[in-house]
Amino acid sequence: MNAHQWLELVLFLGALVLVTKPLGLYLGRVFDASARTWLDPVMRPLEKFTYRILRVDPAKEQGWKQYTFALLVFSLVSLLFTYAILRLQQYLPLNPQHFGALSEHLAFNTAVSFTTNTNWQSYAGESTMSYLSQMVALTIHNFFSAAVGLAVAAALVRGIARHTAATIGNFWVDVTRITYYLLLPVCLVFALVLVSQGMIQNFKPYTAATVIEPQTISVQITDANGKGLVDAKGNPVMTNQVVSTQSIVQGPMASQVAIKMLGTNGGGYTNANAAHPFENPTPLSNFLQMLALLCIGSALTYHLGRETKNQKHGWSVWTAMFAMCLAGVLVCWWAEAKGNPIHQQLGVAVAGGNMEGKEVRFGVFDSALFATVTTDASCGAVNSMHDSFTPLGGLVPLFNIQTGEVIFGGVGAGLYGMLIFVVLTVFIAGLMVGRTPEYLGKKIESYDVKMVLLAFVILAFVILGFTAWASVSNWGTSSLANQGPHGLSEMLYAYTSGAGNNGSAFAGLNANTPWWDTTLGVDMLVGRFGMIVPLLALAGSLARKKSVPASAGTFPVSGFTFVALLFGTVILVGALTFLPALALGPIVEHFLMLKGNLF
Amino acid sequence: MKNLFAEFGRSIVATLFFAVVLCGLYPLIVFGAGQLLFPHPANGSLLIDKSGVVRGSELLAQNFTGAQYFHPRPSAAGANGFDPTSSGGSNLGPTSSNLVANITANIAAYRSDNNLATSAPVPADAVTESASGLDPHISVANAEIQIARVAKARGLSADRVRELVKKNTRGRDLGVFGEPRVNVMTLNFALDQM
Repeated sequence: MNAHQWLELVLFLGALVLVTKPLGLYLGRVFDASARTWLDPVMRPLEKFTYRILRVDPAKEQGWKQYTFALLVFSLVSLLFTYAILRLQQYLPLNPQHFGALSEHLAFNTAVSFTTNTNWQSYAGESTMSYLSQMVALTIHNFFSAAVGLAVAAALVRGIARHTAATIGNFWVDVTRITYYLLLPVCLVFALVLVSQGMIQNFKPYTAATVIEPQTISVQITDANGKGLVDAKGNPVMTNQVVSTQSIVQGPMASQVAIKMLGTNGGGYTNANAAHPFENPTPLSNFLQMLALLCIGSALTYHLGRETKNQKHGWSVWTAMFAMCLAGVLVCWWAEAKGNPIHQQLGVAVAGGNMEGKEVRFGVFDSALFATVTTDASCGAVNSMHDSFTPLGGLVPLFNIQTGEVIFGGVGAGLYGMLIFVVLTVFIAGLMVGRTPEYLGKKIESYDVKMVLLAFVILAFVILGFTAWASVSNWGTSSLANQGPHGLSEMLYAYTSGAGNNGSAFAGLNANTPWWDTTLGVDMLVGRFGMIVPLLALAGSLARKKSVPASAGTFPVSGFTFVALLFGTVILVGALTFLPALALGPIVEHFLMLKGNLF
Repeated sequence: MKNLFAEFGRSIVATLFFAVVLCGLYPLIVFGAGQLLFPHPANGSLLIDKSGVVRGSELLAQNFTGAQYFHPRPSAAGANGFDPTSSGGSNLGPTSSNLVANITANIAAYRSDNNLATSAPVPADAVTESASGLDPHISVANAEIQIARVAKARGLSADRVRELVKKNTRGRDLGVFGEPRVNVMTLNFALDQM
């Protein structure tokens, strides 16, 4: 934990603070169909043309039911679009490596995964996906799922800010404007910056390189059927083979990675994701990718404050998020810098920290920071392998997702997830003093609290239910890469990541089996839409309510008491729900590691 | 019912139209601008020798085992390591006995390759597998230990080799970000070009 690393942490958090207000103000313009932006000369004609071919009247708003209906139909249609491309991959163009079609269960899992902004990957991109699949089938959802998440947040904020209103916005206008005025322009610039750092963007087939020093390796001889030969004693028959070429991956990577980070999608172009030297070439590209994945979530709190005419409330929500983010970074960084005592006893230098599954250019600090922020948000890109983290280092990303990813959170999803906790906090505070809870002039009634709890209970139910099922089933445990408590952590992480729409993994788990692909697919769908629908219902309900003026008995939603209560609610609800499972996984593993137990 | 059909129709048109803009125009603009402004990285930062043969990429490690080369970090990419079509780490956890076996073997090999005492601590990056399996970098401490071996195998002075290591070392980006690192690919390529 040296001075450079502290300085980088300060710079990162400082940059996040600085970007929050200007981006928050800009978001307000993007979400307001009548507002002007400096991109109007270019984007306005395209926006108008889009409304014309979609037959949308941008002046006409929708009630929450119409809004939700449009959102669900659009998600279903675009999901099927991706499924079709993945299943027909071998017949489609831009496939220089001649990859075959994906299996039914893998195509289902992948289509669901990208539609729900999860980007869980049961496949390795560089050996599975054609350029067309990467560029169209997957990238389209990197844009759509981000735009849909932001649209829901915008609608919810309108619901809070309005009173006695029947509508919460127009879904198509929201998605169109978010795409044209926010995601696309930022990505155009960001992608080029990434190329300048070393990221590829081309359509060449993979390059065959003649390696600098050919290597002789020992491989098992195979018979005509491709089966490995064994001798009379059952030992494999080996032969020497010289490896003299290396196949260098190519493709349209930068355009996909830019939106992957900005849209908190996180689905890697390659299997190693943001750890791959092409996909995250330098510490600078790493810094920008981390900032990209967190900036919109941070700016949305400013937007909330501005729309509800209570900027202090926006900053108070931001402060609670910031405190949790900082706590996570420090714990994860400390655990990884301390390293693994078992390995250090073997002779690994203590100074390096835990470097298994990490890249030298990032080291322990950038890896810990990335792991924390990618799970604060629902991004799920990884620049190091979380499976190989120390138990407490791995606990941080896992617990971050289990809070519901409300620590800045995914684009849109972070804010609407946090507002669940805000309503819950206001409700609890109201109960404590025995008054009807109010939130920004709206009475919080039984219907609203039911919707909030529904969204929360659904998440816990699918995560713990599926993990319990997998851990007592052969289909569940046969996919594990690690034994002992770490095996339970792998399963718990998978369903947590799916339901939380995060997409990062304890990646040793082999999830590309019919059972895992299918259960994770259901897990992701429930986690996404089981949350969005109750929240849009809440938005509709809040928009309809009358606004009551604040009185002396109103619990203030800004200031230290509110921040502390909100912080406590998030941590307590997360801990009460998941602590038993965490105790059996990473926590017990931590003590076993200190004792030197191996599995 | 009419509403249902209208909404499906709208979603289909939206998916197709946005696909043209976001999955056609956008990547093509990035492609064009990238090829124009940054052709070397956009095409994989390829290392090409004097006779025009592609020998690898500056950013993707290859395996080196000979005494005359600097050795990269151990790799879990593919069955034999260093396979860019199969990137990834070992994904072995902190209490994995397989991981302990791997690290034990790596430490023994590193000490014997570099003539270290059997109790000498070894740099963490030298004996652990990277996240991508393609990490082209090693730590400065790791490179420093290997200098004597490479110099001896090539019949060069240690200072000469150290100078070359320095040329292929990058400090923290902008003086702050990330960690100092030595690029094994460009370093070994440069050694062969001497």
